[in-house]
Amino acid sequence: MGARTLISNSLRIAWKDLMELFRNRMGLVLLILMPIFMMVMVGFIYPSETSMKNVPIALVNEDAGFGGYNLSSTFITMLSRINDNASMMTLKDASSLEDVRGMIQAGDAEGGIIVSSDFTADIMGGQQGTITIVTDQSNPQMSAIIQAVLSEVFKQMGTALAQQNVAEQLNLDPSKALAVVEPFNVQVKGSVEGDFSYFDFIAPGIMAMTVMMSVMTGLPAAISHEREVGTLDGIMVAPINRLSVILGKTIAQMARGILQGVLILVLAMVLFGVTVHGNILLVFVLLLLGVFSFVGLGVVLTSFAKEQETAVMLMTTITFPMLFLSGVFFPIEQMPWFMQAVSKALPLTYVADALRKVMVLGADIPMLTNELAILIGFGTVMILIAVPVFKRAMTR
Amino acid sequence: MNSKENTISSQAEGEEPLENKVMIEVKNLTKKFNGFTAVDQISFEVKEREIFGLLGPNGAGKTTTIRMLSTLTRPTEGTATIGGYDIVKHDNKVRQQIGLVSEKMIMYDRLTAEENLRFFGKLYDIPKNVLNQRIDELLELVQLSKWKNSKVGTFSTGMRQRMNVIRALLNMPKVLFLDEPTLGLDPQSTVEVREFIKKVNRENRTTIILTTHMMIEADRLCDRIGIIDHGKIAALDTPTNLKKLVSGNDTTVLKLEIPNLTRKLVTKMESLDCVRSVSQENSSHIKIHATGDKAFDTIIDSLRAENAKVNSIENLQPTLEDVFLHITGREMRDKVDNKIQMGNHRHSMPRRRIR
Repeated sequence: MGARTLISNSLRIAWKDLMELFRNRMGLVLLILMPIFMMVMVGFIYPSETSMKNVPIALVNEDAGFGGYNLSSTFITMLSRINDNASMMTLKDASSLEDVRGMIQAGDAEGGIIVSSDFTADIMGGQQGTITIVTDQSNPQMSAIIQAVLSEVFKQMGTALAQQNVAEQLNLDPSKALAVVEPFNVQVKGSVEGDFSYFDFIAPGIMAMTVMMSVMTGLPAAISHEREVGTLDGIMVAPINRLSVILGKTIAQMARGILQGVLILVLAMVLFGVTVHGNILLVFVLLLLGVFSFVGLGVVLTSFAKEQETAVMLMTTITFPMLFLSGVFFPIEQMPWFMQAVSKALPLTYVADALRKVMVLGADIPMLTNELAILIGFGTVMILIAVPVFKRAMTR
Repeated sequence: MNSKENTISSQAEGEEPLENKVMIEVKNLTKKFNGFTAVDQISFEVKEREIFGLLGPNGAGKTTTIRMLSTLTRPTEGTATIGGYDIVKHDNKVRQQIGLVSEKMIMYDRLTAEENLRFFGKLYDIPKNVLNQRIDELLELVQLSKWKNSKVGTFSTGMRQRMNVIRALLNMPKVLFLDEPTLGLDPQSTVEVREFIKKVNRENRTTIILTTHMMIEADRLCDRIGIIDHGKIAALDTPTNLKKLVSGNDTTVLKLEIPNLTRKLVTKMESLDCVRSVSQENSSHIKIHATGDKAFDTIIDSLRAENAKVNSIENLQPTLEDVFLHITGREMRDKVDNKIQMGNHRHSMPRRRIR
């Protein structure tokens, strides 16, 4: 009987909380907007090579030619042809390096290409022709992309030219000539088939994070708000198990978090082409488990915070570093050792990791035993600490 | 006015005599917050069906006492039983038989009146149909049936307080705690709530403990009053007896305004047995000191017999204010609200000790 009334009272409290939530139009709109913003921001802002579109690039042709030949014009025609296909950049004519610098400073160009004055002469004379890429140091990310893309383009163009020369001089089949010029054919293959972007890496993390944030900020806010307003007394004065208050509030916040999680998943799939390779049910099980691992911590913090303001501040202070330390945005391996150590103590790390394994690698439960064990263990310990702390705090 | 109301309620008691069963027993109940003693070794008993008032200034320990008795705060020392159940050991048994009207409204603004009552009602073990019926009855009782499906957030303060009171009655409590039930209400709502409290006490046979910092409220509602100050009960008795503490006897002092005042009328008044002295203040005002139970009636009767035209009567009976002053040696600090917030005692405490 005890367990049944506990559950039914918890559900009653959860239902009441959700009713309040759904009657708050503004809150509801924000609830839906938050994950959308999150996704759109993270999804579009994080740069990738394919995101280089119509970038203005200044082009300087200083080549003086040699003996009636002008190789630079051939080079530029090739470059334009490649660009026409991919439309990575908008080429703008410029006269000199100074001109390019001026254009970058004025914001008219993001970078520049300079074909040296001895370009044709050098090549005809059996030497390397020099091409200079000018980058904008004030925008390191963009300049890195331009540098990478242009280097790759020039390298391919060089290879094609070499292939042609070798084939002609050694009288070889063009494909064999390629093997002479480029003896290695390097291919990159992921452990699963398909195209993956930074987004595939980040989407599971954002899901985990949103659900966690919902519970971590929602739970203390909900409890301390009710305490402040006085309505908690109305619940506490009834002959119900004190646990049903935590449980009910948790169920409500969890429902809220999962709702946001689903929204993120749908957006990720529709807008960014993310595919779930594993079992989608397992994704939700992991989210629930993640919440379970957090609830105890949330309740302990709630018990310490006397009013809503403190509770929310306390939560923000704790959740904010957690976002960065749990490998949601950046791989843990990039961090210094002490941060890695902290990261390993955070349940969010394991939720994000496990979610990534399921969504990207299509992992199944046997591959997640470590993560599952840690989450269950962490959650159980925290709840064992939280229950007496909460009971004490409630009858202060 | 005062005496009339008292007679009415005492008559009601007279019809159905109070049983002498002890409903609430408080022994050395103490609550300390971080070294500050909010409630200091208080002991008292409340009989079944009594209306018991805790009267005192803000910060005297009234709310803390109520919170301890309603199991919301754990006492530091001492014990209390409600209906025979210990408030700490058998807290859930206690909770089943109490209702709490807190100083703050226990209502969710975004839920309708009915949803609110159903939510709180379901936390008790009440069968569904019984609960539904009770919700309807209670709403009807405070004339809120019309607003059953309106959100509580749209209610006026008076409506909200009526909701707040009936919410506490959902489980038909044997004991009802009311913490400052008329705080912040307009005069009309105040009267309504007071009448409702009396009605609940009379008709549901509910034992009531209420706190107030208003003398008049305690005087009008309570069978017995405990004057609480600095966490201690300074005096405990019926309002009448408390007032006798000040005057020491049953003196009645009346101030009358009589436009057609004559020398003859004054002499007539002076000749009455109960009258000790009559002093004429000006052409139309006299002050009469009298003793005895029937003094008031006798004076009024003889004024009527003399065809005196009475414009106003002021009963200068000792008030609870006088009692409070007499007991604590100072006036009640009603005006300045230095209510001590739970949780922030350390900072605001020292001020209270300045006399």
